[in-house]
Amino acid sequence: MLTYLLRRLALALATTAAVVTITFALVHLAPGEPFVAGAEDRFVPPETVARLRERFGLDRPLGVQFARYAANLAHGDLGESFARHRPVAAVLAESLPNTLLLGATALVLSLLFGIGLGIAQATRAGTWADSALGALALACYSVPAFWLGLMLLLVFGEWLHWLPVSGMADVTLRVPMDGLRHALDVGRHLVLPALTLALVNGAAVARFHRAAMIEALGADFVRAARARGLGERRVVLRHALRSALAPAITLAGLSVPALLTGSVLVESVFGWPGMGRVAYEAIFARDYNVITAVAVVAGVLVAVGNLLADLGVAAADPRVRRA
Amino acid sequence: MSDPRAPGGAPPSAAGEAGPLPGAPLLEIADLRVAFASEGGVARAVDGVDLAVHGGETVGLVGESGCGKSVTALAILRLVEHPGLIAHGSRVRFEGRDLLALAERDIRAVRGNHLALIPQEPAAALNPVLTVGSQIAEVIRAHQHVTRAVAAWRAVELLTSVGIPDAEKRAGQYAHQLSGGMRQRVLIAIALACGPHLLIADEPTTALDVTIQAEILELLDGLQRRLGMAVLLITHNLALVAERTRRVYVMYAGQIVEEAPTGALFAAPAHPYTQGLMAAVPRADRPAERLAAIPGQVPPATAWPSGCRFHPRCPFAWEKCREEMPPLLPAGEGRSARCWLLAERQGPDAKTPSPQGASGGR
Repeated sequence: MLTYLLRRLALALATTAAVVTITFALVHLAPGEPFVAGAEDRFVPPETVARLRERFGLDRPLGVQFARYAANLAHGDLGESFARHRPVAAVLAESLPNTLLLGATALVLSLLFGIGLGIAQATRAGTWADSALGALALACYSVPAFWLGLMLLLVFGEWLHWLPVSGMADVTLRVPMDGLRHALDVGRHLVLPALTLALVNGAAVARFHRAAMIEALGADFVRAARARGLGERRVVLRHALRSALAPAITLAGLSVPALLTGSVLVESVFGWPGMGRVAYEAIFARDYNVITAVAVVAGVLVAVGNLLADLGVAAADPRVRRA
Repeated sequence: MSDPRAPGGAPPSAAGEAGPLPGAPLLEIADLRVAFASEGGVARAVDGVDLAVHGGETVGLVGESGCGKSVTALAILRLVEHPGLIAHGSRVRFEGRDLLALAERDIRAVRGNHLALIPQEPAAALNPVLTVGSQIAEVIRAHQHVTRAVAAWRAVELLTSVGIPDAEKRAGQYAHQLSGGMRQRVLIAIALACGPHLLIADEPTTALDVTIQAEILELLDGLQRRLGMAVLLITHNLALVAERTRRVYVMYAGQIVEEAPTGALFAAPAHPYTQGLMAAVPRADRPAERLAAIPGQVPPATAWPSGCRFHPRCPFAWEKCREEMPPLLPAGEGRSARCWLLAERQGPDAKTPSPQGASGGR
């Protein structure tokens, strides 16, 4: 188990190093510059631009810049945000927890939605209900997430006024709030963005889980369970479900980075102050250090997601557990 | 189809006297038909089977793979799955109730309780992600009102009673951590969990090593004697049937082709198919000739032959066999066979089939 974890850790480090190198190269080679004389509507004197470029080391050859960035990164220093004039670490410390909250909620919801839908379809395999639910899942999967988010906003925020449309907390509630009231408020804001992500991601989970459930329901041990007089509920929810969980868990683990960093557009739609929005703004500002840092976080999350998936599968299926 | 046969006559088999047992049979199957709709047409896998098992007796159901014996077992428990269907008019009476007419929750109360199945393939019949102990305990809890703890306790007791050492530890393990023989013992424990009156054992030893086979059979024998349950032993293994059963049904192409007390069947098989099966078994007490295989193959269930279903492979077949299906005809004391030869026997130049004749038919 220990050697296994060490191997995974080494692999994660190698992945992250590769991600850093590629991202660094991409952002520097892409057209555009963080500091441009006369950018947008403001006039910035060329001397100022030159001073800024010198201050952030952008006037050095790319190789030197990379060596310096890598050395700082190895010491845990993510550099400074050009646009925000703050350390990147501080920017991430603000936004990452919000993204984790949204992503984790969406992950749990997408598993519940995907597994539930998969079971509902598999137990009706081949009927019109299976096809109808499959069409629903396909619809969730194929519409753009931001469009789905806008529709949910329109229905639940604008028409029904059930849920807040933007942000993470109600700024009009000025009264000092205790922990529970605050948590409830954040929860209300969390519903729509989490639901949007969960519907899209859960549809993919449902597809895999339907196939796994159909296979499990046809297995000898399921028929044997029926032959023992067990109720259909128990046969489906214990015997078939338990043995069919692996694909859903693996998929959920693989979707961890997508849920956390790929939620850029959804975070923008809902004004969620998370990392996705930070990345979105950084890309437009050519804020190199922030973009690279987000990529590093994504690389780490890929490794964490894979590890979680493996541990989850091992928890669900004793056959893959290591001695 | 109760069993009004004359007593005596037949030589006693290993399992004792083969005459009729008093009282109504425990299990009585009448005109059981199971069909599967497939692209190649309708497969009539079981086609009019009559069969009876009395309390406490061991009855064999023998035949080649594909003859419909496993489907018969599933049909008894009403576990035939889509696209299979049990035909209207089929009857499966168990302890006086027609299982095919019961409501879903009532048949569930029978399955695994008074009527238990040891399924084929012990490797596949246990859930790979649940501990074996929990699989035993859940059967107990499905049929009896006991607490989780009591059920778990009994599961360990059952594992001990089927000869699993260190049962406490084994109960917490998974199927893949057990050997093949051990898994079969677990499946026996599951089947016995609620004290069944009838145990259907579908090829209980086929997947096992020869040495383990004997152990499992000893175990089953001992348990049967102790618990007084009846056993319907489904197998293709004639030696097993000869040793363990009291009466035998021989199945071919979805039908019962011969029914006889075990001793009588092995002394003088009446149906040419049964004769062929026996000639195909190697024997140490005979000079080493070529083993006589039955020529041809079992026809597909979507296209049974006309008339007698065995006629394309039968060395004695004539016109009538091709045209008309024989009914089960009396063939001596307490036995019958589905063969026109038995009807011809009354005639002066009756062709009496003999085992030698069967092997010489090629």
